[in-house]
Amino acid sequence: MDKFGFTLSKARVIDYEANDRTIVDYIIEREPSLKLCIECGCCTATCTTGNFTDFSLREIHILLKRGENEQVRQKIKKCMLCGKCILVCPRGVNTRNVVSLARQAFRNTEGYEF
Amino acid sequence: MGKSVVVIGGGTAGMEAAGRLAHEGYSVTLIEKGEEFGGHLRDWYHLFPDRRSSDEVLAYLNNQVSHQNIRLLKGQRVTGFQRKGNEFIVSTGGGDTINADALLLATGFDLFKSQRKEEYGYGIYDNVITSADLEMMFRKKDLRLANGIIPERVGFLHCVGSRDEKVGNIYCSKLCCVTAVKQAIEVRKMIPSAKVFCFYMDMRMGGALYEELYKEAQEKYSVSFIRGKVSEVAVNINDRLVAKVEDTLAGRPLKMELDMLVLMAGMEMSEDGIKLADGAKLKRGENRFFQPADHHFGTNIGNMKGVFYAGACTAPLNITETISHARSAVTEIVNYLNSEK
Amino acid sequence: MNFDPFVIPFNIGLYFILIYAVVRSVIWFRELSRPDKLRLQRGFFGRAFGQSLKEIFLESLIHRKILKSNPRLGYMHMSLAFGWFLLILFGTIEADIFGERHLNPPDRAIFFRFFNPDHGKTFFESSYAFMMDLILAFILSGLVLAVIKRFSSKVVGMKKTTKLKPLDKVALTSLWLIFPSRLIAESLTSGAYGTGSFLTGSLGEWFASFLPANELAYPFWWLYSLSLGTFFVLLPLTRYLHIPTELFLIFMRNSGIRTGDRPGTYSEVEVHSCSSCGMCIDVCQLGFSAGINTIQATYLMKGIRNREELHDIAHNCLMCGRCDQICPVGIEISPIRMIVRRTEDIENVYESRWKGYLRSRINVVTPRQETGTSYDFLPVRKQEKTDVLYFAGCMTHLTPSIKKAMVRILDASGLKWSFMDEDGGVCCGRPLMLEGNDREARELINHNSDLIWKSGARTLVTSCPICYKVFRESYYLDLEVLHHSQFIKNLIDEGLVDLNYLQKRVTYHTPCELGRRSGVYDEPLEVIKHVASLEATGYDNENSLCCGGSLGNIMLSREKRQKIAEDVTARLTACSPDSLITACPLCKKTLAQATSTRVMDIAELAVEAIAAVPEVKKTRRGVSKKKVIGETTATI
Repeated sequence: MDKFGFTLSKARVIDYEANDRTIVDYIIEREPSLKLCIECGCCTATCTTGNFTDFSLREIHILLKRGENEQVRQKIKKCMLCGKCILVCPRGVNTRNVVSLARQAFRNTEGYEF
Repeated sequence: MGKSVVVIGGGTAGMEAAGRLAHEGYSVTLIEKGEEFGGHLRDWYHLFPDRRSSDEVLAYLNNQVSHQNIRLLKGQRVTGFQRKGNEFIVSTGGGDTINADALLLATGFDLFKSQRKEEYGYGIYDNVITSADLEMMFRKKDLRLANGIIPERVGFLHCVGSRDEKVGNIYCSKLCCVTAVKQAIEVRKMIPSAKVFCFYMDMRMGGALYEELYKEAQEKYSVSFIRGKVSEVAVNINDRLVAKVEDTLAGRPLKMELDMLVLMAGMEMSEDGIKLADGAKLKRGENRFFQPADHHFGTNIGNMKGVFYAGACTAPLNITETISHARSAVTEIVNYLNSEK
Repeated sequence: MNFDPFVIPFNIGLYFILIYAVVRSVIWFRELSRPDKLRLQRGFFGRAFGQSLKEIFLESLIHRKILKSNPRLGYMHMSLAFGWFLLILFGTIEADIFGERHLNPPDRAIFFRFFNPDHGKTFFESSYAFMMDLILAFILSGLVLAVIKRFSSKVVGMKKTTKLKPLDKVALTSLWLIFPSRLIAESLTSGAYGTGSFLTGSLGEWFASFLPANELAYPFWWLYSLSLGTFFVLLPLTRYLHIPTELFLIFMRNSGIRTGDRPGTYSEVEVHSCSSCGMCIDVCQLGFSAGINTIQATYLMKGIRNREELHDIAHNCLMCGRCDQICPVGIEISPIRMIVRRTEDIENVYESRWKGYLRSRINVVTPRQETGTSYDFLPVRKQEKTDVLYFAGCMTHLTPSIKKAMVRILDASGLKWSFMDEDGGVCCGRPLMLEGNDREARELINHNSDLIWKSGARTLVTSCPICYKVFRESYYLDLEVLHHSQFIKNLIDEGLVDLNYLQKRVTYHTPCELGRRSGVYDEPLEVIKHVASLEATGYDNENSLCCGGSLGNIMLSREKRQKIAEDVTARLTACSPDSLITACPLCKKTLAQATSTRVMDIAELAVEAIAAVPEVKKTRRGVSKKKVIGETTATI
């Protein structure tokens, strides 16, 4: 189709209605502590991977809840499961299991290449 | 003969309540475990939000308790109490017993012991101090690092021992935010060249004139606010502190060198209060503070008849609230004693 | 009398189980890897064979290990196993000596009294009958205990007993019926003929006084034979398969075969050798501290045998190794659990055939699509040359007191040392491995190995037992790897640090990864005893507890971890020590959250003891002061 000299980029809006939240539902069903996050960023501050890459557990948590799964899928493999984030989390979120379950969810859900 | 009341704890709440009760004509015994009356107020320099001297409030309280109906007992620790009929028998460490018709517990709070958050390095690195340590420095008008140098960059770390499951404190201590802002201003006033940063999770400025103070800190004193909880503190090769945090609003981890880091230690139920409560089977909430009979109409009333609470032994409270709470406790006690003819 | 139809059920069962054993052994042997086949062949003609016979006698019959740790439970197992063995052995001899012919088929020995009812009249015969009665009484006493255990496990000194599946119940009933029916059958026959000894004789005499003993005996001989036959036929489908399988296990183990990291014959034999004795249940902290009673080793074995869903059983485990330590059969439980964790990227599965009597191994194409590496972002970093390389470890960065103490000790030692992860390093890889992600872990291992090689160090010191284990076992390093407790011990021995004796009473918590997992028990204890007075806790060395913070368990909630930690600290501070010492940053953090007693790392304790020496600052980037390196590195 003709583009009339300009291109349309994807809207920046989080399309809450269109987004798929089955991944976060899958995780929360098995690891309810994910619900407790207050976005303090401790996990990202202490994270080895987070200091080298754009991997941020805090951000991943919020992206999952909004159904922005594609970004999570690209990043989630970078975690080393070292567990420092568990020790610093003031809300006692079982962060390692969140990562492990997110990977599992992408593996087991149709439509995501993982 | 008039009825008698024993007030346990000679801090703000205890002193205010004792004074008011004495004015009502009751004979009051005010027991303080320390060598001086005044509690935590004595360690504080200026109070938020108006930065008036804590000594002024202390003077008011001392004036309140200088009354002929008040017997002041210093350096005496209450070891327990018993209820016999309508009367209480309070035992002190010295082996004495005091009889009373009603009992007011104003046992206050303990500051969170910041060593428990080992990752922040309190007790390990010299220039990691607590908000209380900083107030003492203010009082001495001597704000320096351990090596005597004037700090050029100071960080304030909110929520140390508050809102933290790992130390068993899920609650918000509510005063630390505004205290940090007040202290940040004070540091800037004392060392005009210093750069000051506050690391916060949420700025909880829900009190009269609090938000105004926050704005003043930004506007007049250029205090910087970074939204993120520090995960750990280390020392680098130049002996400067390095705080690791995520700047959650920028969405990136941030490392910052600091000369001094102030931990905003939260408030916990005092250990002595816990001992008293457990000895007398007084109810305590999940936050370990005394659990009053009703959170709306009975915040001063205990689960044992004739036992009342005042001040920060029921929840974190500021000075204003503590004084109001002490006054409402007096009202409850007067009602109780009048009904128990 | 040479034959009676009632022996048929017994004979069917016996020959069935013998043939089954041969077929199954052949299948197992064929599925062994080539090296394991060679090991087995060598073992068969070597010392392993003799050792195995000895071990079979001590463990499978006498049940020495269970006897040692729980005498009542041990007696129960011994009386059934050893008693039955004696009964068969002496029964066969009896039939051979006293029977019409020598060398008889098995049924002649088992049912000897039926075929020789008037046996036992002479003194020699009656003495022998006395011995046979004694053995039967021995077995029956164990059986009484077993029945009681089913209904109240506390009687045999256990907190929990294992749960059964329906087929197990049938097998258990037939097993329970074997010896009582033999007792009654023999007694009735003895009563009718006036033979038998103190047990069967007296009981028979009493029966005969009011019952038609001779007529009643026959149905009980049938019952005896039927119970035996049923038990043998059901054996391969129930947990009682452990009785013959354990013999194979012992022989394979003595031949040098180990579980490894993939499913195979050995792990299969181990899984079937579990007798469900339940000792792993009693030592499991998830059970007695956190109230999780579904994931213990015996349920893992049962789950594998019955092909149940295993995800939670495999993952909800602290991997502390307390069950490996206690298992009387010597099953390598943790390696088997790791195999299950790994098979989430399945390579082969087992499928049962012939109603569960046989099973076949099916290879499955791995469903996981690998898309490049996960950790290609790791930067190439510089590492200065040094003699001693110190890797604090991830967790140690959250316990700055340990890091600071180690810097102090390393500086005081005068050795030339440098940090590998001063500003935070890359994870050692073990946490990934514990989740079964070995391939990913290998990337981190390669990254760290590169740094270690670049340093040219001769000694690698780490503060974290988790790192220590993986550095030693999964890295290919040409240097000495030491946990800091070992390093401090060496410094003391070499006289490189001088420690005072502190007036302190302490207890020591052995970290699982350092103790049971790496076998380092003595060095930390020696360091502590060198500087303080160490109190025993009852949870020392192999019997140590897990702090609850374990990275081995990815599922455990914060609340349950806290419960375990509180339980552990309560036990370790029961004698009100001045400090609780440990040697792991994760243990320290976990325990400190659960007690008001001061929790210290062994390095902090050591630094307290050298406090008299003025602090040396920032020498590590310079040249070493005290001694020339060459003299000391040989031993450090």
